[in-house]
Amino acid sequence: MNLFVFVKRVPDTESKIRINETGTNVVFEGLNFVLNPYDEYAVEEALRIKETHGGQVTVFSVGPDETQAILKKCLAMGADEAVLIKDDEAELYDGWRIARIIAALLQKKYSEFDLLLFGKQSVGADNAQVPSMVAEMLGLPQVNVITKLELTDSKGVAYREIEGAHEKVEFNLPAVLSAQKGLNEPRYETLRGIMAAKRKQIPVLTLEELGLTPEEVKPRLEIVKVESPPARKAGQVIEDEPRVAAQKLVAFLHEEVKVI
Amino acid sequence: MILVYIEIRDEQIKKASLEALSEARRQAQADEEVGAVVIGSSAEGIRASLQEYGADKIYWVDQPLLQNYTSSGYTEVLAQLVQNLAPQAVFIAATALGRDLAPRLAARLGVGLASDCIQVSREAGAFLAVRPIFAGKAWLTVRLPHQPALITLRPNVFPLEKGAQPQAEEVSPEISLTEDMIKEKVVELVKGEQEELDVTEADIVISGGRGLKGPENFELLRRLSTLLPNSAIGASRSAVDAGWIDHQHQVGQTGKTVSPTLYMAFGISGAIQHLAGMSSSKYIVAVNKDPEAPIFKVADFGIVGDLFEVVPHLEEELKKYKSQT
Ligand SMILES: Cc1cc2nc3c(=O)[nH]c(=O)nc-3n(C[C@H](O)[C@H](O)[C@H](O)COP(=O)(O)OP(=O)(O)OC[C@H]3O[C@@H](n4cnc5c(N)ncnc54)[C@H](O)[C@@H]3O)c2cc1C
Ligand SMILES: Nc1ncnc2c1ncn2[C@@H]1O[C@H](COP(=O)(O)O)[C@@H](O)[C@H]1O
Repeated sequence: MNLFVFVKRVPDTESKIRINETGTNVVFEGLNFVLNPYDEYAVEEALRIKETHGGQVTVFSVGPDETQAILKKCLAMGADEAVLIKDDEAELYDGWRIARIIAALLQKKYSEFDLLLFGKQSVGADNAQVPSMVAEMLGLPQVNVITKLELTDSKGVAYREIEGAHEKVEFNLPAVLSAQKGLNEPRYETLRGIMAAKRKQIPVLTLEELGLTPEEVKPRLEIVKVESPPARKAGQVIEDEPRVAAQKLVAFLHEEVKVI
Repeated sequence: MILVYIEIRDEQIKKASLEALSEARRQAQADEEVGAVVIGSSAEGIRASLQEYGADKIYWVDQPLLQNYTSSGYTEVLAQLVQNLAPQAVFIAATALGRDLAPRLAARLGVGLASDCIQVSREAGAFLAVRPIFAGKAWLTVRLPHQPALITLRPNVFPLEKGAQPQAEEVSPEISLTEDMIKEKVVELVKGEQEELDVTEADIVISGGRGLKGPENFELLRRLSTLLPNSAIGASRSAVDAGWIDHQHQVGQTGKTVSPTLYMAFGISGAIQHLAGMSSSKYIVAVNKDPEAPIFKVADFGIVGDLFEVVPHLEEELKKYKSQT
């Protein structure tokens, strides 16, 4: 099977987020970037599919040169190849733009595949848009937020998480899937993998090479401002004996919160 | 017109869809209509609610092919409706279904999508939307310059509002749909062991962390849950990773984002990734034996104490309270 995985470089979840002076974006300098946690599940799933069905795992990312670091990590985990689509645009929080670039890549350069794997959401943009948009642009089935996957040669069944239940969804290949936590437990890179990854070349494609003009990938959303959320005020903290504390809490739930 | 997709599950309208409808009514200009689209259902009682919450028109689209939700099928329906009605905006609740459907629809229509928004406004004809980014560590305001403005609205954020609406007009639009347009097939709905309310849909979320010490102690929280209306059980990642409770319950950056009226954290330290998922709750209550726990920085009401001592008293007090009223 020809398995393509799409990964994004994101600030790690511990990051303190600061807003830039113009209030138009956050400050990315000095943040520690990692492979988007959900994308790790997607890479792991591709590797497992390869192990049982055979095939090839190729990882793609749209981003600046520094994105090489997460592509190397994917190679070290065991991906066969990695490709960078170079894009120096800052984070614009526009899923449509990235989906448009990925769709062009798949239409013009890498049109042979059985499965496109994504994370369910990139932490940071928190959009959960790119997988469904790519599916629509290519006319493919989509199953998002999956926690279990079974494949045969031409078909698949995936379990998709919804409120309080799972939907069992059947689809034909090729298809778009996005990974939710629980799908698998991602492996660590091995030392051998890391050494092998170091030697691998990562081809770099530009948007021009995909036949895309800046106008064609212009974001569909305009950033008006980025600001800090209103700070939560700390409230009262009490250290009474348990019974009194419980009584005060019940009074609070009744008088303030009004849920009882 | 502002078009609102109305999600139905088990013959009931999702509350989040009524919130989206209420917001559409608030955003609609004086002469602008609010349309509600119901796909794959024509259950009794839906009409009255839609009317109450502000629909001028109800579009019923029911065909055998639309019995179960599929992203490609429902996208097709909404795309055809948008083509015919040319609405200014389409509102969809940011539920599991809405998050799956809206981006596919956006790609079909060639417009952007503002996901999981917490505020909507209008300025010189365009819609603006505010959405949390970096798990709520920043707020982004975007303008949606294309028509229709496609927006998903975070559940539990937009207030429900009934209005005195005259009779809504009911329409059964022609939709041309063939089997080959539907690319996915839902073959089964697998429910959890107990039928539980999902944390994203609850008014009250009662969460436990590593301080609970073991899986059996979630029972303490479940007992509280029976005493608190419309409540669900949440958990920190530590509790989930320890295998004490299913991942469906995890709140936080790599779990669910919740904004209930009340969030109660028992034995949860308040790590940044946990706060990301719950700090937009209206009220936060925390019980933790460590007075320095970061959760107290965001709590409206904190109790420094041993949860194993506080919770039984709390249960007793709630029972007492209940029997009085
Ligand atoms: C990429 C990434 C993603 C993450 N995503 C999430 C996420 O989505 N959600 C999430 O929750 N975490 C997430 N985390 C983990 C997060 O960093 C914390 O490790 C986790 O939230 C801690 O869980 P906890 O508060 O239950 O445990 P702890 O931090 O161990 O806190 C336990 C608390 O219980 C208190 N306690 C102990 N005994 C008692 C008692 N008897 N009575 C009262 N209090 C008691 C202690 O004082 C302590 O404050 C993520 C981490 C990473 C790296
Ligand atoms: N710049 C990117 N390059 C490659 N894949 C991406 C990029 N942005 C998002 N994705 C993929 O799309 C998923 C959902 O991202 P998002 O729609 O931004 O929340 C991610 O988990 C990735 O799999």
